[in-house]
Amino acid sequence: MREGYEVIYQKPKTLTDNKMHYCPGCIHGTMHKIFMELIEEMDLQEKTVGVCPVGCSVFAYDYMDVDMQEAAHGRAAAVATAIKRMLPDRIVFSYQGDGDLAAIGTAETLHACNRGENFLFIFINNGIYGMTGGQMAPTTLEGQKTTTSPFGRDKKNSGSPLKMTEMVTPLDGVAFTARVSGNTPANVRKAKRVFKKALEIQQQNIGTQFVEVVSNCPSGWKCTPVESMEWIVEKAIPYYPLGIFKEPGK
Amino acid sequence: MGEIRFMKGNEALAEAAIRAGMQGYFGYPITPQSEVIEYLAAEEPNHDYTLIQAESEVASINMVYGGAAAGARVMTTTSSPGYSLMQEGVSYIACAELPCVVANVARGGPGLGTIQAGQGDYFQAVKGGGHGDYRQIVLAPNSVQEMVDLTILAFDLADKYRTPVLILSDGAIGQMMEKVELPEPIPYKPDKPWATTGKTHDRERNIITSLYIQSDDMEKKNIHLQRKFKKIEENEVRYEEYMIEDAELIITAYGVTSRTSKKIVDLARESGIKMGLHRPITLWPFPADRISELANKNKVKAFFSIEMSAGQMVEDVKLSVNGVKPTFFYGRTGGIIPTPEEVIDFIQKKAGEL
Repeated sequence: MREGYEVIYQKPKTLTDNKMHYCPGCIHGTMHKIFMELIEEMDLQEKTVGVCPVGCSVFAYDYMDVDMQEAAHGRAAAVATAIKRMLPDRIVFSYQGDGDLAAIGTAETLHACNRGENFLFIFINNGIYGMTGGQMAPTTLEGQKTTTSPFGRDKKNSGSPLKMTEMVTPLDGVAFTARVSGNTPANVRKAKRVFKKALEIQQQNIGTQFVEVVSNCPSGWKCTPVESMEWIVEKAIPYYPLGIFKEPGK
Repeated sequence: MGEIRFMKGNEALAEAAIRAGMQGYFGYPITPQSEVIEYLAAEEPNHDYTLIQAESEVASINMVYGGAAAGARVMTTTSSPGYSLMQEGVSYIACAELPCVVANVARGGPGLGTIQAGQGDYFQAVKGGGHGDYRQIVLAPNSVQEMVDLTILAFDLADKYRTPVLILSDGAIGQMMEKVELPEPIPYKPDKPWATTGKTHDRERNIITSLYIQSDDMEKKNIHLQRKFKKIEENEVRYEEYMIEDAELIITAYGVTSRTSKKIVDLARESGIKMGLHRPITLWPFPADRISELANKNKVKAFFSIEMSAGQMVEDVKLSVNGVKPTFFYGRTGGIIPTPEEVIDFIQKKAGEL
């Protein structure tokens, strides 16, 4: 530290020094940071085991300084299920995108929730397959153009965008569901509070925690980061409303 | 002397897994192996393991991945179509070097096939099944006793080499009842410093992955895996032989057909034909060197691979014999076990043409 300077802000020690590969403006980095801040603040680093998906966050284990497993595409919920069952006193989370959690892994997601597996789903919903180059996801909005819906998502052909949080909320096994975003500083702070609540619920061992993040993909959406934040406000949040959908005692 | 019981093959496999210290079982019902999960579900309250009836075989094998990577002794069992569904997971497990036991109580295929015993999954078991360059140890029991012995061995080999071990059984061995001797429960103390159990202050984080996106890293990983597979080939070949010393005609068979083949050898010997049986217990690593040695004996005239398939293990027998002696194949499919009589007719006809 240089003389006359003081630290007023730094990244959590639970994030590594590796340079993130995420595109400029991507919300992944923000979510990594606030979640790992919580792991540090709640002193959970030694107890936490995470699962990364296949998708943009496939390398999350390069950044999150906790023990981690890389799952096959869509199977993070099955992997996390077994980790938690084998190590019930650990904090377990899966960090998945929409193609992973809501398309190829829908069965694993639903059944883990239905069994009430006591781990946290962090579901990053940016409505597109980012890593593979911008193809349509199950959560792509109606009319939204992607490389595999070049004329806009057509409901008649592809169905309506899946609202996963609303789907898992009624399941008895699920203790906590919420949808947050990372598009504004206020929403980032809210998201962190929601993650904290989810981790506290995991420590109470009362059911699955499911937090969806309305996210962005400037590269896949073919827009600037600022425009992507505008899209979240104008298009995504109206379809994917934010808030806590289910919490114990309420 | 261990405890003696009269058990079904599938139940014996399940009981052996308990005695081997299995901590997690993840499975999905499918005939003819469902007795494994049923037995384990009934026994769960008496033991420390966790059992989940998964939503699919895809989920089962990925639960195996997660449980193994968390440092636990884990197993799944299935039958042919279910094993097909697991292939992606097995490839990931092989690359991530996770110890686990998988049993395929095989039935006849292809497709939905039949629920009767089959050996048509040999290629899938020993040649890969999933994508990429990997191998797995494949053990082929031919009795209820071996369902016990090889299950216990499977857990040990899995831990020793950090690799998936497949028990390739079949519906006949799985469903039949025989006397078995059960070993005392094995005290199992996992020492798996690589497992993801939570990063303590004294170590770096553990990462379990099969992703090596840089070509040179991926090749390094492959070289490492191939070295390990070579070591397994050098150390873990297992087989059993019957009346082989003076044999002129040699049957190769595994699993249920090795039992009828023993009868065939006896019948042939009664009519003065010098026949013997070579039974691979490890289908991978395959007893190639031993078969080659047999082929190079002057008195050995021919090999006959007897299978419940359209001809699968015979390819490995031929590779091992390497053209030194003629190698024939006789098989039935659809769950039909070849009778000693039809096999003897075939062998005599072929031997007559030599």
